[in-house]
Amino acid sequence: MPEQPLLELRAVTAGYDRRAPAVRNASLTVAPGEAVGLLGPSGCGKSTLARVAALLHRPDSGTLLLDGAPVRRWRHRAPRAQRTTVGVVFQQPRLSADPRLRLTDLIAEPLRATGRREDVPDRVAELAAAVGLTPDLLGRRPHEVSDGQLQRACLARALVLRPRLLICDEMTAMLDASTTAALVAAVEDYRTATGAGLLAVGHDHTLLKRWCDRTVHWDDVTSGTSGTSLEPSVPSAM
Amino acid sequence: MTCDAPAAEAGTGSTPWRSYGTKRRSTRTVRVRVSAALVAVTVLAVLLVPPLAQLDQQAVDLAAELQPPSWAHPFGTDDLGRDLLLRCVYGLRVSLLVGLVAALVATVIGTAVGAAAGALGGWADRCVMRVVDTLSSVPHLLLGIFIVALFRPGVVPVAVSVAATHWLSTARIVRAEVLSLRSRPYIDAAVSGGASRWRVAVRHLLPAVLPQAALAAVLMVPHAMWHESALSFLGLGLPAHMASLGNLVQSARSSLLAGQWWPTLFPGLFIIVPTLAIAGLAGAWRERINPRRRSELML
Repeated sequence: MPEQPLLELRAVTAGYDRRAPAVRNASLTVAPGEAVGLLGPSGCGKSTLARVAALLHRPDSGTLLLDGAPVRRWRHRAPRAQRTTVGVVFQQPRLSADPRLRLTDLIAEPLRATGRREDVPDRVAELAAAVGLTPDLLGRRPHEVSDGQLQRACLARALVLRPRLLICDEMTAMLDASTTAALVAAVEDYRTATGAGLLAVGHDHTLLKRWCDRTVHWDDVTSGTSGTSLEPSVPSAM
Repeated sequence: MTCDAPAAEAGTGSTPWRSYGTKRRSTRTVRVRVSAALVAVTVLAVLLVPPLAQLDQQAVDLAAELQPPSWAHPFGTDDLGRDLLLRCVYGLRVSLLVGLVAALVATVIGTAVGAAAGALGGWADRCVMRVVDTLSSVPHLLLGIFIVALFRPGVVPVAVSVAATHWLSTARIVRAEVLSLRSRPYIDAAVSGGASRWRVAVRHLLPAVLPQAALAAVLMVPHAMWHESALSFLGLGLPAHMASLGNLVQSARSSLLAGQWWPTLFPGLFIIVPTLAIAGLAGAWRERINPRRRSELML
């Protein structure tokens, strides 16, 4: 009997218009410590599925289980402990960073929002080093840094509450190869240290094959065969 | 922030919305400078003249009634021989006070209502916005008259009536802004990071809408001054003995028919010039913070 999955999506249908859902009948599991790559062409609905998995979008139907417990409430209504179990990194760093916050406040914001101010200096310094942000960058605002630097800060923000599952929604799609390698390495270091699971969403077949323990294709997710279609892939060698 | 680039630097044309011709740019700079000078003179006059000039604006001198402008009385005198310059400055003082208080109160109410409607969404948003639509459909001067008629004449009822009828446009602007911000990924990131509704509103949404709300407040000051004048002119605003610009114009109506133009002209100019100057400054600020939305904020 395999251990209880960290994240399980069962027959999830979700979207922004009930008559034309972006995701139909998608099923996917992520075991604790496992890295799953979700491959699909752009516009197929994988970002919507990632938002459902991060408790940011209520699905029209289907079930989501976190640690075996079904999720019944979404966004603000979800219990804070459940929400912070999952960390998310979005595709576009420009849009996912509040333009008024300095990078250091951006990274520290989840700690402040959850009442853990005393951890701020230590965690920010630790994570800035882990994702490769120098102290002078930390004092800048989003418009004063490059996309790659901002995405590093967004990754640090996603990791600051030590989530047990990290969802990277096309995290490296906008970035060059060296930044991609650095961010993937930072994620892998974090996972090695904490044993966190990973759901990496993307369309870069080569990257996800090398990065993840297994990759599933969008068509398999929505046809209900992803639970068994374990594509062999090279163990993470990044 | 990039907003503090002075207008004098407009000649460098480094920012995209300053890419139109130099001629237009220079007229705008002149407008901003003239407006700033007029606002400065107004504020100084209102703050300094009453304490410095130890003159009684209510002093009646029936021997000097309705004198045309002269060195002794630059704006002439009214039908009770009171100095019009002094009364205009005192009137402006009251009008500005009403304008500022009303604009501030209206902006606070409008921002709170608009932000709550936008942030909560769903049925709360629909209910609040239908109330806003209903109130907007009533002519606001009429509603204002109704409100002042409930109280004794005074500064507070006038400010309340103007504020209570003018928060609607601010609420609309703030709600629209909040709705567009709500779906941004950085709000998703905050929710995922464990932020409460309150935290998202105070930390991310309100700071983003404040520039728009502050601009709406400044644009509302001249509008509120006009309303005060209109209510006083109709005899419903401030008590008749109080020097307010509306009262001055109202009491000068009879002498205008007799050919005495100065008791109407100078208070009228005191209504028009400062309000245009404030509107001119606010307009320049509006173009700076959001050049594509000139038409959205009504005056």
